Amino acid sequence: MSFDDAYQALTDHDDDARWAYGTGFADPLAGVPTALPDGVDGADLAAYCLMIGDDALILSHRLQQWVTRAPELEDEMAIANIGLDLLGQARLLLTRAGEAEGTGRDEDDLAYLRDPADFRHVRLVERDDTDFGQLIARLLVFSTWRLALLDRLATSRDPVLAAIGAKGVKEVAYHREYAAGWAVRLGDGTELSHRRMQDAVDAVWPLLGELFTPHDVEVRLAAAGVAVDPASLRPEFDTVLTEVLRAATLDMPAADTAEAGGIVPVGATSPASGAVSAGGGTGGRDGRHGDELAAILAELQGLARATPGGVW
Amino acid sequence: MSDRIPAEAERVFTTTIEKDQRVEPRDWMPDGYRKTMIRQIAQHAHSEIIGMQPEGAWITRAPSLRRKAILLAKVQDEAGHGLYLYSAAETLGADRGDLTRRLIEGRQKYSSIFNYPTLTFADVGVIGWLVDGAAICNQVPLCRSSFGPYARAMIRICKEESFHQRQGYELLMTMMRGTEAQREMVQDAVDRWWWPSLMMFGPPDAESPNTAQSMAWKIKRHTNDELRQRFVDMSVPQAEALGVTLPDPDLRWNADRGHHDFGEIDWTELKRVISGDGPMNAERLAHRRRADEDGAWVREAAAAHAAKRQGVPA
Repeated sequence: MSFDDAYQALTDHDDDARWAYGTGFADPLAGVPTALPDGVDGADLAAYCLMIGDDALILSHRLQQWVTRAPELEDEMAIANIGLDLLGQARLLLTRAGEAEGTGRDEDDLAYLRDPADFRHVRLVERDDTDFGQLIARLLVFSTWRLALLDRLATSRDPVLAAIGAKGVKEVAYHREYAAGWAVRLGDGTELSHRRMQDAVDAVWPLLGELFTPHDVEVRLAAAGVAVDPASLRPEFDTVLTEVLRAATLDMPAADTAEAGGIVPVGATSPASGAVSAGGGTGGRDGRHGDELAAILAELQGLARATPGGVW
Repeated sequence: MSDRIPAEAERVFTTTIEKDQRVEPRDWMPDGYRKTMIRQIAQHAHSEIIGMQPEGAWITRAPSLRRKAILLAKVQDEAGHGLYLYSAAETLGADRGDLTRRLIEGRQKYSSIFNYPTLTFADVGVIGWLVDGAAICNQVPLCRSSFGPYARAMIRICKEESFHQRQGYELLMTMMRGTEAQREMVQDAVDRWWWPSLMMFGPPDAESPNTAQSMAWKIKRHTNDELRQRFVDMSVPQAEALGVTLPDPDLRWNADRGHHDFGEIDWTELKRVISGDGPMNAERLAHRRRADEDGAWVREAAAAHAAKRQGVPA
């Protein structure tokens, strides 16, 4: 740039879309074939992309809510960075979902114009964080699970999912490192931080089950070599969490009793444990969410919905 | 250094300034220079951190995922600028935690522009175009500041600010091609931000008592009025290309001067906002104070953990 005239050339650029880090210097999927692999059901692939795309979109939203209120400047930058990575993953996955379903919906149609029951993320990602320790516990669990997932997706028969997996592994490896570092510092810090970090781990544990319970769509796509059976991720997850919690001097909670991790639907009288059979209908993957999602979507979608025909 | 007599040290300092070379942290410097630099860099750092709030409030509400990514990246950059700048201040013996306390206790200032509210998403674009544009006008000359760490930080910061300005302008261009309601949003935002942007250059030269010393030390390269004029001259053709009207009936080209004439700035408003009575002063500081308080237990834990690792008591 010219240091004499910062305004120079303000209007004669045609590369407007490429000005910010993380917003598209290079298309990460350039050259990747987008045709559906043989024998793969488009509706299943679209549903799967929404599941893991919505996970990223909603957790990114929660991370965005931390911006300007992190405990240190270094954490402002890390949290924004992680939120930006997950937002990038969500954009690629929602775009792929639109392609796979063949309706012509793009990333913004899917992010801004779906109602709560059409979101497919796990309950873990929509939780509000009452303190920084809660955020760290959720991020540790989520990034450990997702790193294992993306690592396997990198060999998916769907070339787009494979490319997203390969790109995401590098990002989420950092997310896990960041979360694990803080879990250890807080767990093995002061008496107060130890108690808060243990509370945070205990609070997140009942939500684990849903991460590892296969949905019908995942089972079918895993058999076709496209998706990953989430149950297969558990051993790696347990190994990592055991090591981190030990280093953090934290207790591993008792086995996650809510095996399916599903939520208790409004009006239900029995606990969620075991209630989510594959495709059975009471978990986040089936569009069942808590009240928190309505508030998230009001914030996320409000402006876009209030300006029909707007271009941004 | 320490064995030099002060007169000799002062001569070296003066020669360094005269030759347009850089003063480095270990060099001898007058106390006034050190204090002025700490204050200047700290105010700039505080402005970056407080400046995250008005735009940061729109990240979760951004109306497209692309705009969300751009805005999140921009606000992250501002945190990064704050970090470089606090680090530059620390080379002069300041402490980041202490500077943060001075900010949240209202003992050090930040740019008064951030005490205005962001009412619509068009504000995000106008902040990029006008506020970042004015900041660039102020900051580009500081890439030649006589204090080395600040000058070097400014080079990187100006490059990123230039990205932000172009992004803001591109958002406005896009909105102007949209619906009538969007065009009205853009004009409304320009109406609200134009005059505060002109105030970013500070009081008129006649009322800027520190300018002469700062220019002698080469930590300020142009006067407030010179930079303000440059900003106006640059902005007028941009506004025309965008299709918006700048809210100043006295704004017109003066062929004799070779510059645009513009109307009288409401200096009482600037004084009021600087002294804490702007629309958002209390809220901006309260937000920063709350974040600092909420994070105290986390920082204490990190310090305790580090001490355990080093085998010393916290």
